[in-house]
Amino acid sequence: MISQLSWKVGGQQGEGIESTGEIFSMAMNRMGYHLYSYRHFSSRIKGGHTNNKIRVSTKPMRAISDDLDILVAFDQETIDFNAHELREGGIIIADAKFNPKLPEGLKEVRFFTVPLSEIADELGTSLMKNMVSIGASSAILGIPAESYRNIVEDMFLRKGEKVVEKNMEAIRRGFDFVNELTGGQLPEFQLEKAEGQKQLFLIGNDAIALGAVAAGCRFMPAYPITPASEIMEYLIKKLPKFGGTVIQTEDEIAAITMAIGANFGGVRAMTASAGPGLSLMMEAIGLAGITETPVVIVDTQRGGPSTGMPTKQEQSDVNAMIYGTHGDIPKVVIAPSTVEECFYDTVEAFNIAEEYQLPVILMTDLTLSLGKQTVDPFDYSKVEIRRGKLLAGQELPEKEQNDLFKRYEVTEDGVSPRVIPGQKYGLHHVTGVEHDQTGRPSENAANRVAQMDKRMRKLEGVLKTFKNPVVFDAKHEEADVLIVGINSTIGTIQEAKARLENEGVKVNHAQIRLIHPFPAEQLKAHVEKAKQVIVVEHNAQAQVTNLLKQHVGHAEKIQSVLKYDGNPFLPKEIYSEVKGLIKHGDFERVSQ
Amino acid sequence: MATLKEFRNNVKPNWCPGCGDFSVQASIQRAAANVGLEPEQLAVVSGIGCSGRISGYINCYGFHGVHGRALPIAQGLKMANRELTVIAAGGDGDGFAIGMGHTVHAIRRNMNITYIVMDNQIYGLTKGQTSPRSATGFVTKSTPAGSIESAISPVELALSVGATFVAQSFSSDLKGLTELIEMGIKHEGFSLINVFSPCVTYNKVNTYDWFKENIVPVDTIEGYDPHDRIKAMATSMQYKGLLTGLIYQNTEQKAYEQLVTGFKEESLAGQDIRMSEEDFAKLVAEFA
Repeated sequence: MISQLSWKVGGQQGEGIESTGEIFSMAMNRMGYHLYSYRHFSSRIKGGHTNNKIRVSTKPMRAISDDLDILVAFDQETIDFNAHELREGGIIIADAKFNPKLPEGLKEVRFFTVPLSEIADELGTSLMKNMVSIGASSAILGIPAESYRNIVEDMFLRKGEKVVEKNMEAIRRGFDFVNELTGGQLPEFQLEKAEGQKQLFLIGNDAIALGAVAAGCRFMPAYPITPASEIMEYLIKKLPKFGGTVIQTEDEIAAITMAIGANFGGVRAMTASAGPGLSLMMEAIGLAGITETPVVIVDTQRGGPSTGMPTKQEQSDVNAMIYGTHGDIPKVVIAPSTVEECFYDTVEAFNIAEEYQLPVILMTDLTLSLGKQTVDPFDYSKVEIRRGKLLAGQELPEKEQNDLFKRYEVTEDGVSPRVIPGQKYGLHHVTGVEHDQTGRPSENAANRVAQMDKRMRKLEGVLKTFKNPVVFDAKHEEADVLIVGINSTIGTIQEAKARLENEGVKVNHAQIRLIHPFPAEQLKAHVEKAKQVIVVEHNAQAQVTNLLKQHVGHAEKIQSVLKYDGNPFLPKEIYSEVKGLIKHGDFERVSQ
Repeated sequence: MATLKEFRNNVKPNWCPGCGDFSVQASIQRAAANVGLEPEQLAVVSGIGCSGRISGYINCYGFHGVHGRALPIAQGLKMANRELTVIAAGGDGDGFAIGMGHTVHAIRRNMNITYIVMDNQIYGLTKGQTSPRSATGFVTKSTPAGSIESAISPVELALSVGATFVAQSFSSDLKGLTELIEMGIKHEGFSLINVFSPCVTYNKVNTYDWFKENIVPVDTIEGYDPHDRIKAMATSMQYKGLLTGLIYQNTEQKAYEQLVTGFKEESLAGQDIRMSEEDFAKLVAEFA
């Protein structure tokens, strides 16, 4: 009996690899297992190797595993690319159609050639080879073919009973074929029974989109881009049910400025993009800053710079998000690290944007945005809507003509009353030009300083009120090492930490969730009580490391483990890199 | 009911004496009063440049944005608050150079917005460089040997991308311009009004006198029909883009907001944004 298992299916893009993984994981989710998946894909529609790696566990985890138990291969390339990941005794299930061969120098693996395509063709459609492969995998795991019935019905019942039966037949045939080969289920692949709690299974982008609808976002202008488009696609489907809509704009500049216009108009509006889009939005983000217009922007980080590696993991927009746009504006950057946080943080992003009247960037990375995870059901009672100093019409005192509403009144917390256009006594003018309290252009020196200070003061409030700006798992009063990360690396760091602790290393862990303004106070105490601090991040310039050094100091004991080859960290990589740094005390070393 | 006076504020424009933009400002104020708007029912969104300042010179809600982006801001505002009358305004650089992409797509999208271009065929605020509206051969600081690019025709451009309302006017013609703006506001869809608005400081070619000699009001053309798109295109080409008046209108095409699935008549901004627990549970169930 095992408590976790790693399964991967691979083939050419466009031949149903994703849906094969989807059906397999849906079944596992319904059986109550915890899941974490990662898709390897390229920036093209058809062709090119793609795979979907799914980790199944009886306990919650948030990382792909170092190795692989079962590999389902629809072509030779899948074997050549992925077989090295298999653990000793692991299994390859390969379609007999392509005469699969084992690459040289592979450790001991079991190799099952199964007529996946042939069985599918006999059943009438070659696409059904996916179902046959699921049946074949299930024979190894000891999952009865009938367990898939309700999923298959959910998927195909609308196409008729016949289609359901055909698919069930495909699963059965795959199951029977492998069952005969192995002479029954293999005990070393049998998963312990799951706790069986009901869980959601979704990608970070789905959680963001759902969070946006729950937060009352009713308008999204956006431009398609990998890996952000799912947010837009979800809202295209759902917003009309709540009176809202999505506009696919001509570019990201239109997307952000339209979102700013809509927020000025009183509607919660957002846009979502990745690095290239974020770069185009920079001038308008400054406009939101100086006009104090709330707006939420999602940046799903991918491999940069320029077009970079659009379908690959990276965390290299950190500097751009913090420092981007010319001039000084207050801006908030939030970095959720789990799918759950993606949901709740999106709601909070809208609240902060309106309470403080500034742009909020929700930062994710590709692994978090596209990786599917099981999470506890979202709790709607935790969804709070706070609109800050937004005044309704009846709250506005009568005014004479030319006695303008003080939209930029200098206040202690830096936040001024806001009014939605259309109110009789709320007339005002907003401008990206420096302005006085009524919004009229002014280059008066004292006014400039008063307005700039008022705007920047808002960040103090954010820093004071933001809940859990850093997630700590730091039980050691004196740690050998503090590992720091952002976004999707949380689970991988947790696993590396567990291994290091098994070897007697005292490890504390901090996952930073509020990137800007930087939660220096919270981090400082933990940095001080660690002998060494190691920041794990997916970029070449050690962007988060430098933030930590800048805001917390202690540069002499802060090092980095960097990865920017496009693939997410594996637990063993963080484990060995961190271990190497501890042992050697080599302060310059970074990974390649 | 508000009169012209209510749309005036006490801000003194920073335009040069004699600038064509003064009458554009006055025409917007007159048109707003004439169609029966109250100041709070109007929002003027403008771009950057001399003309971009116009949103601050009219007593109504105003948004002075970034260069070239008046139209997407105006469209976002309109989507949020469709009960507002939204006028976008800016110069020819704003609309046909840096913001050209937005201009074309805003026309295609056909939201119920009026877009007024103050077209002086030169960059004024940056002190006299060429514009996409400058004629070939036009000498400026940035084209000392004369522009070697061809000029855009706003009318032909708009017609080619499916405009439902195209008008052109001359800032000396306060009455005609006011009427066109009123028509544009009333038009259910996107209305483009390109206004020849001379720059008295930097454009010594396309002056008031030059326009008086060269513009051709469409109502002086026998048999001109503003509902005939092909004829509008041909006539504009024939008169080198110098037509004035209502050049084309399509009253059949519905405005964008009227075509959006599930979009209500009342402003989105006025609606309750909190969903029911039941609706939330339904959404979440899709991921179970």
